[in-house]
Parts: sequence; structure tokens; C-alpha cells
Amino acid sequence: MLHYDFDWSVLWRHPYGKMLLQGVWTTVHLSLLAWAIALPVGVAIALCRIMPCRAARLVGGAYVETLRNIPLLVQLFFWYFAVPSLLPGKTERWLYANVRDLSYVLGVLALGTYTAARVAEAVRSGLLAVPAGQFRAALSTGLSPAGTYRHVILPYALRVVIPLLSTEFLTCFKNSSLAMTIGVMETTGMANYIDSFTFHGLETTTAASLVYLLTSLSVIVLMGRIESKMRIPGMIARES
Amino acid sequence: MDLQVIARNLEFMAGGLVVTFEITAVALAGGLLWGILLGLGRLSRIPWIYYPVTVYVHFFRSQPLILVIFWFYFLVPVMTGKPLGAFVSTLIAFVAFEAAYFAEIVRGGVQSVSGGQAAAGYSCGLRYHQVQLYIILPQALRNMLPALTTQAVVIFQDTSLAYVIGLREFLRRVNLVDTREARSIELYLFAGTVYLVLCFLGSAAARRLERRREVSLS
Repeated sequence: MLHYDFDWSVLWRHPYGKMLLQGVWTTVHLSLLAWAIALPVGVAIALCRIMPCRAARLVGGAYVETLRNIPLLVQLFFWYFAVPSLLPGKTERWLYANVRDLSYVLGVLALGTYTAARVAEAVRSGLLAVPAGQFRAALSTGLSPAGTYRHVILPYALRVVIPLLSTEFLTCFKNSSLAMTIGVMETTGMANYIDSFTFHGLETTTAASLVYLLTSLSVIVLMGRIESKMRIPGMIARES
Repeated sequence: MDLQVIARNLEFMAGGLVVTFEITAVALAGGLLWGILLGLGRLSRIPWIYYPVTVYVHFFRSQPLILVIFWFYFLVPVMTGKPLGAFVSTLIAFVAFEAAYFAEIVRGGVQSVSGGQAAAGYSCGLRYHQVQLYIILPQALRNMLPALTTQAVVIFQDTSLAYVIGLREFLRRVNLVDTREARSIELYLFAGTVYLVLCFLGSAAARRLERRREVSLS
């Protein structure tokens, strides 16, 4: 056993305690913002994938296959290192001069678009689970195809996929830790950063672990509640 | 666009791809073995096996892989008394982490085998480990094959995270080339394409296995 002096006070001592809290807060709003992108984009892509129009299906399928088959870290680096230089020179200079947290913004975009592909797959599975009769029944009541999706199919499908979506949100929450590689100081990055001053990485990493563990537990409990409330009557409830 | 930069550094980056495949192979083999034990533990009726295993699985599934990699990077030297380097601690982290995901796949696979099979095994006089080894697991593994292939693709993508402790796998090497050559667009497009092609082949294999299973079931 190597000698290791545990010093847990590093978790609350000035200034490290405050830094850790800031890290946790960054994780929270980073993943929520990414989710705010992922949900509408993901639903749109899922709808594209079941449209009668072949081009839309192709675009949707290509989006999902591409983003799911490239590691998030590669996408993050692409957004961070390559995307600004793809823009016209003037825009690029404006970005670097005026956007203070460029790495944060690009991190949100990368995580959001990546999570959208995963959300799209989840939502598509829900859409495919809607019985075909519902669609015909809605059309026969005089609803337009768009109205059918808006008022009948989507509300049904989204309720079916709530468990899948809560898993995807947790994945998004965990994936936000990757933003540390482009310099966003979220929980994992902060734990690592404090280690570089104090050499107490084990303690800070433990604290970060607890943050993720508690978040997962609370999201699972919360979503369980929402799930039982939104459950479609007559369907088999998830055993729990 | 300057594709020369890729040709110039191809050998160096290909070396990283070898490391990536090595980690994937170890994580797959070690994670599956450890995951089978954990998965059986999750199905056990003995409380002192069931509860610790369940806590283990839920704990690792709630953690980001990047953090687990850091964990073992800090922890392994403390536990073994000597630094083992990034490669070994990455391997340990991957096996420990992926096993939690394999455990759930194994659990699902075992549960998909009909209960009569185990009962028949016991009535022949087989013991628990014999029933599992010769009757349940061979059938369960066959049912799990599509899910396992998908997980292999996920692991292959996850290896890129070893980047954070400086392990020179594929993505790290691409990154190193970029710091020297400053050709981000070409290099990251190249890295993306390599991952895309390899993972797409893996996903396609998983889909084929899934279809074949559906046919054999119907």
C-alpha cells in the first residue's frame, strides 16, 4: 500500500469548496441546455425518419447513423477545433472576440446535437409503437396528417418513451463530463483541476462520484413519479 | 484542404488505432467475464450476493466513464503501491465499468431463457454452476449476441476517453498530430470517418444478428 494522506477538508476548504460547487452548477446547466436542444431536434429527426417523403427519411437516417457512430469526444473536438475555422474569417474573429465562453457554447452544441441522435432513436421506437389504427382513426375524424401527428400520435408516443427519455437525459448528464476536455470546468474537470493544486485527486474524485450518484438516484425517483402519472391507462406498467 | 497531412502521419495514427483495438479487446473479454458473474449475482436469491452486486451495478451505471478512468488512475497506484501507468489503469477502469453494463445484458439474456430449462437441468442432477454453464448461459449468450455486438461498438467509441489521462490511443495521436500540424478540419474529419466506418460495420453486424434471431424465433 502506497502512502496516501487523506485530507477530506480539501472538499470544503477555501477556495476549493466553492470551486467544486461551481463545477456542479456548470454540469447542471450545461446538461440542461444540451437537453433543451436535444429534445426538439431529436423529435424532429424522429418524425423525419417515419415520413413518407424518401429524402426526409434519408436525411434523418444519415443524421442518426453519423452522430451515433462517431465518439462524442471526436465530435466535441471537431466543434471546438474545426468548426470556428470553417466559418468565414470575419465571423470567426467576431466569435473569438465577443463570445466569452466559446468552449462552453460549443460544448453545449456538441452535446445537444449528439444527444439529439440518441433521443431520435428513442422517440422513433415510441412512434413505431403507436398502433397503425390510431393514425387511420384520427384521419377519419377529419384531422389533417399534420394535425394527426400533433394531437394524436406524438402525445401518445412521447408518453410511451418517457422511461427511455429519462435514461437518455441521465446519459446526457454523464456525457457533459466530456466538456472538460475542451476546458469547460464542470464537476469532473473541477475535481481534476483541484487535484493539480492539492494532489488530493482521490478525495475530489470521490466527491464528484457522489454528485453523479445522487443526481442519478434523484432523477430516477422523480421520473418514476412522472412516469406513473403519465402512464397510458390500459398499458402494462413497468415493473418496479 | 490538405490531405497530405493525413498521409504523412498515417503510420503514427494507425499505431494509435492498434492501442484502441487492444483496449477494446481487453474491455470486451474482461468486462464480459466479470459481467457474467455480476449478472448471475443480480439474479441470485442470496441476499449477501444480490445486494452488493446490485449496488455495484447501479453505482457504475450512474458514473460517467471519464470519472471512472480518473478514479482508477488515482486509485491503482495507492492500492498496488506502485504506479502502473496509464495503460494498465485504463484497462482496469474499462473492465470494472463495462462489466456493469454487461451484467444487465446478461441478466436480460438469462431471463429470456425459459424457466423449464433450469428445472430440467436440476432434475437431471446437475448442480447450480453446471446448470448455468452448460444449459442457461449457452442459450442466453446466443440471445444476447446482438446486444453484445452493440455494446462492443459502444466500447470501441468509449476507448477515446482514455485520452484524458494521456494514453496514446487513436484520438490522442490525432490530437498530437494536430498540435504539431495545426490542421484541425482535415484531421478531425479523418478521425470521425475512421470511427464512423468501423462503428457502422459493427452496428450493421448487430442488425444482421438481430434479424437472424428474429427469423429463427418465428
